[in-house]
Amino acid sequence: MTTQPKPSADDEIEVSLYQAQEKIYPRSVEGLFSQWRWGVVWLTQLVFYGLPWLQWNDRQAILFDLESRRFYIFNLVLYPQDFIYLTGLLVISALTLFLFTAIAGRLWCGFACPQTVYTEIYLWIEKKVEGDRSARMRLDQAGFSATKVGKKSLKHLLWVLFGLYTGFTFVGYFTPIQELAMAFATLSLGPWQTFWVFFYGFATYGNAGFMREQVCKYMCPYARFQSAMFDRDTMIVTYDEARGEPRGARSKKADPTSMGLGACVDCSLCVQVCPTGIDIRKGLQYECIGCGACADVCDDVMDKMGYPRGLVKFSTQNGLTHGWTVRQMVMRVLRPRVLVYTGILLAITIAVFASLAMRIPLKVDVIRDRASMGRMVDMGRIENVYRLQIMNATEQPQTFRISIDGLPGIEVVAGAKVDLRPTEVRGVAVTLQVPPDVAPPGAHRVQFHVQSETNRSLHVVTPSTFIVPR
Amino acid sequence: MSDFTSDFWHLYVAGLTLISILACLVLLWISGTTKVKSAEDNTTGHVWDEDLREMNNPLPRWWVYLFIITVIFGLIYGALYPTFGNIQGKLGWSSTGQYDAEKARNLDAIAPLYAAFAEMPHDKLAGDSGAMAVGERLFMNYCAQCHGSDARGSRTFPNLTDVDWLWGGDIDAIKISIAEGRMGIMPPMAAAVGDATQVHNLAHYVLSLSGSPHDSVKATLGRPSFSSCAACHGADGKGNTLMGAPNLTNNVWLHGWGIDAVTRAINHGITNVMPAQNMLLTEQQIHVLASYVWGMSNKPTPAN
Repeated sequence: MTTQPKPSADDEIEVSLYQAQEKIYPRSVEGLFSQWRWGVVWLTQLVFYGLPWLQWNDRQAILFDLESRRFYIFNLVLYPQDFIYLTGLLVISALTLFLFTAIAGRLWCGFACPQTVYTEIYLWIEKKVEGDRSARMRLDQAGFSATKVGKKSLKHLLWVLFGLYTGFTFVGYFTPIQELAMAFATLSLGPWQTFWVFFYGFATYGNAGFMREQVCKYMCPYARFQSAMFDRDTMIVTYDEARGEPRGARSKKADPTSMGLGACVDCSLCVQVCPTGIDIRKGLQYECIGCGACADVCDDVMDKMGYPRGLVKFSTQNGLTHGWTVRQMVMRVLRPRVLVYTGILLAITIAVFASLAMRIPLKVDVIRDRASMGRMVDMGRIENVYRLQIMNATEQPQTFRISIDGLPGIEVVAGAKVDLRPTEVRGVAVTLQVPPDVAPPGAHRVQFHVQSETNRSLHVVTPSTFIVPR
Repeated sequence: MSDFTSDFWHLYVAGLTLISILACLVLLWISGTTKVKSAEDNTTGHVWDEDLREMNNPLPRWWVYLFIITVIFGLIYGALYPTFGNIQGKLGWSSTGQYDAEKARNLDAIAPLYAAFAEMPHDKLAGDSGAMAVGERLFMNYCAQCHGSDARGSRTFPNLTDVDWLWGGDIDAIKISIAEGRMGIMPPMAAAVGDATQVHNLAHYVLSLSGSPHDSVKATLGRPSFSSCAACHGADGKGNTLMGAPNLTNNVWLHGWGIDAVTRAINHGITNVMPAQNMLLTEQQIHVLASYVWGMSNKPTPAN
């Protein structure tokens, strides 16, 4: 699919239903966008590998303890009941992605997506061991030799080690990483820990070492639906066809205009550096992840030729056709689509964080006793029994006092006070009584008040019913 | 046990499963070897609405390999686990077997805990917060349905937190009540007592035993009839834990308070059953549970 002469649509050929994967050897590239990418690689990886080791309040700062169902994020302790916040986080992430895509195209894909980041790291290892593009292609074509086996083994060893460390770190978010490291060192990992370390390690090795652009082309759903966020003012990698064509090789000293040539010297470097193996000069293609490698390498070539930079550059469809300046293109950022995305994103972000800030770390479920509806006790008093499931979501011990209102003379006769350890969940039996004849037979609304004596702000009101038997 | 009443369905399912898997393989083989005509500019040659052309972007070949891997996985899985009709599979796995294995593993895991509890006398156990947490969970699972979450019972289900015991409140009696259950029977006594007036007077006498509101004249008249009751409830009405006859003097009214309830009990008798739990609980569990129940009305020896 590279540079065949354009045949007419009538020329019929026989093709298989399946396409063999053509191995891509991306040439390494240096330049502005490459520096940005490496900056993001360092940032994301320092955060990913470093965070689990951070301690906070005598525990791991970020720990998603699946076994005890407690999710620690710095000062925050979340429970399965707080799952809505994960939904909120995902909605915010998705909308952020939409917003960035509308403004700047596949910025995420080209610079921050783990698939890109790990492929970049694996390519770097590959380059250090096997050399750059041409050396790698020669090595793959060469016959069996000790050097080849040595280089290939070293590369795979480094890849596997890096993948395993990644898997180990990933598991370290779900089980305390310091204990995990001890277990790893003494080879006493549990079966599920072992499985996930190896599974995630294998996924890293397979995706970053072998699948690479295949993930973006065939697997990634985001790559498929992002075209819905694109418009003619979205930033994409563009080739300035008007300036570049007709392309052709020429000497540095030659004057292209007199030869009837455009600025493109047809060096094909933009194709060689492309991690998805496309030719950006054919225009916007769904494979393009917007990494800017072609822009970097073309700027280099333009510099060497003494031509102005920017034959391949980040621009917009409108900017390219109308020859707009950067300023003119930036003016177009404030268009309805972007404003709507921003508005929704801001609203949801504020809602999620406000709800998180106002969250009361105390949860109470009132369950009426399954055995008895209501019973008559001494002196004709009516008694109902409840089970209160009280969850102390703080990291301090708490003493809770349980009170009731809703009927005249209603009182808690048993279970009015309960001590809970930090993050403990406990069911307490609570008995309520009303004096005789204060309410007709039937169900009556009552409200339980659960108030912490240690921390005044922990106060929850939960409704229930009190049943007076006939 | 066979899941199907006829052998046909077993073969039908097994055959259908196998044929489906083979059909997948055949489909893959056919599609892998088929060549289709395509224009050289990567379109199918189909044109709609004047200029809409269909691109021909084939699936990647590794997609087929994934498909083949799933077929191989399916066959191996089918050989190991029950997949083809009634065929059990090489591993002999079954859901009931897995349940039994998990249950046995759990019992193994808690055995040391219960062994430690079994060593402790009930009064020490009742003061041990760990044992009582276990006891509370057992109570919630096996007892609270009738006796209530707070163990204070309700009509016909005795309150376990007071000091009134139908069958005795020492630890051994509680254990027997839990393990073997209890059946308390009071026969209808109307015939033995006499006519309705005599029953009415006797009921007033019974109410007088606990100082409940009653007519003292009728109570005095009813007193002689109480000899019919004394065989079980005792001459002083304090009951007999050997046969589960309740104490009538302490104002605990399991089957209702007042003249109507007492009259009904005398006329019709009462049968009340607590089912045996020893099919559901081990002896060690009963020890912990009985200590928990005992601890509701007794002061435990503090743990040292």
